[in-house]
Amino acid sequence: MNIFVCVKQVPDTETKIVPSGDGSFIETSSIKWIMNPYDEFAVEQALLVQAANAGSTVTVVRVGSTKDTEALRTAMAMGADDAFLVEAADNLDSYMIAKALKGAIEKSGKTPDLILSGKQAIDDDCLQVPQILATMLGLPSVSVVVGYEGSATDVTVKREVEGGALEVYGVKLPALIACNKGINTPRYASLPGIMKAKKKPLTTLSLADVGVSDADKRVKYSNFQLPPEKPPGKKFDATDAAKQAAVVKEVVGLLRTEAKVL
Amino acid sequence: MDFSLSPEQLEIKDLAMKFAKNEMMPKAQEFDEKAQMPMDILKKAWELGLVNTCIPTEYGGNGFSAVDSMIITEALAYGCMGMNTAIMANDLALLPIVIGGNDEQKKRFLTPFTESYKIAAFCLTEPGNGSDAGGLKTSIKEDGDDVVINGNKMWITNAGYADLFVLYGTTDTALKHKGITAVVIEKGTPGIEIGKKEDKMGHRCSDTRAITFNNVRVPKKNLLGGLNQGWKIAMKTLDHSRPMVAASAVGGAQCAYDHSVKYAKERVQFNVPIASHQAIQFMVAEMAMKIEASRLLVHKAAWLLDNGQPNTQLASYAKAFAADSCMQITTDAVQIYGGYGYSKEYPVEKLMRDAKLIQVYEGTSQIQRLVIAKEIFTR
Repeated sequence: MNIFVCVKQVPDTETKIVPSGDGSFIETSSIKWIMNPYDEFAVEQALLVQAANAGSTVTVVRVGSTKDTEALRTAMAMGADDAFLVEAADNLDSYMIAKALKGAIEKSGKTPDLILSGKQAIDDDCLQVPQILATMLGLPSVSVVVGYEGSATDVTVKREVEGGALEVYGVKLPALIACNKGINTPRYASLPGIMKAKKKPLTTLSLADVGVSDADKRVKYSNFQLPPEKPPGKKFDATDAAKQAAVVKEVVGLLRTEAKVL
Repeated sequence: MDFSLSPEQLEIKDLAMKFAKNEMMPKAQEFDEKAQMPMDILKKAWELGLVNTCIPTEYGGNGFSAVDSMIITEALAYGCMGMNTAIMANDLALLPIVIGGNDEQKKRFLTPFTESYKIAAFCLTEPGNGSDAGGLKTSIKEDGDDVVINGNKMWITNAGYADLFVLYGTTDTALKHKGITAVVIEKGTPGIEIGKKEDKMGHRCSDTRAITFNNVRVPKKNLLGGLNQGWKIAMKTLDHSRPMVAASAVGGAQCAYDHSVKYAKERVQFNVPIASHQAIQFMVAEMAMKIEASRLLVHKAAWLLDNGQPNTQLASYAKAFAADSCMQITTDAVQIYGGYGYSKEYPVEKLMRDAKLIQVYEGTSQIQRLVIAKEIFTR
């Protein structure tokens, strides 16, 4: 099987985020990049499928800047065979990223039997790229997947829906499956794996190479801001039984007028 | 001059830190309390290639430089100094084979350690000989094609679990250093009597015991470098192992520092976080300086080794400075935590207990100063 995994590089969860001067993105100079945690599930799933289907290959694809290729190196250290990087700014919109991923997959010369990705990236939380990519490739897709089993042609996946219920889908491959936490436990990249990853092929492409230009831009980012600081919480003293009714009334009133949740 | 780590070293560090934070730290207190070897964690560390970093590629190892192994050791000690001792003791025991063994011995003894998780114990210290290692009394006597070993060893890390013992003895106590001989003894050899587990102040999860060798007979082909060749091997081993122990001090100190910075921002006294008080700031600034200085000494001592240059003096600088700094830093961490720091419910008192051993084993802080002074006055 030709298995592809789309990965994104995101700021480490402990990073202090600062909007860039012109508001078009965030300051990236001092960010420590990591592989998007949901994509780790996708890489692990790809390696599990590869292990179950002899002769399969796992190719990782990423769109983003070259300052650090952490995500691709990690994926290859975990066991992926090769990688494609489409060099681009880190703030492309979902449509451009999907189109670039499609282009990179086509450039690899292999026809995908399975494409895996995380259900979302933890930086912009758009939850769009997997579905757009699947649509562009004319493939079925299932997202928020927490269970995966099946053969090289037919798989059964479970997806989580609200309230913790599970939907079960039978899917004919090729398809795109976007993974959620719970589908597996990602392995660590072992030290021998890290050493071996150095020798694995990483192909770098430009946006032009994959047929993406500014004309594909659907979203213009212009005003990144930090969320407003949370005002301190209010405390109500209801220890005096005689005043409790009044306190309840006050709380309900504030929930209506200030918090606007009632 | 380049102080930066290579991309590969950064990845090694990331992996080791991830392992330390996810697998070791959450269990550190539990295993300390139970004083039990965390076998599952150790095995997992081995599977990822974090154990036995000294084994060369020809014998199945990963081909790490000394600097690489310092990076790994620092990270693992960050997770738990005690667990790291169990891991590092393997290197300490295998290094004499790497340094003084012939090709056949390396294949026979080192390669199995790359095929499954095995444990090694380094047997040097005796009940009556610690710092005065040259005066050890365990005897190694020739007998035909064999040697026969008799004597007592003390404070042996990994003793109860070891598959392999690397022992230093003497062919003749009158010869002092010149009679020291290194020999490899496999588990199950008749005459090895493992003592009871020591109940220690720190590094409680690592297994420390006395061992008695009672007419233990091994073939001469297990001698490293032949009879009376042990001292040179021991000295070269220290050039590698001392920076490693120093690296573990840096890891422990970094852990204490990270806890302290976090706590100082959270803990409010006099209506402000204690991080706003100069008394706390001075302690934290001192910690940061000493950690960086220790790390640079460790890396330089390892770098000299990687570049084939003498590093004995630097190794002792690193060991003494990093260990003493770690003791100071972990003590101050307890101070910053105040009453909470003295409680086992918080992580820093364990760090303080663990730090103490690093000033003691692998050459006390005082012995390091003797080594340094000797290097200064005899050159």
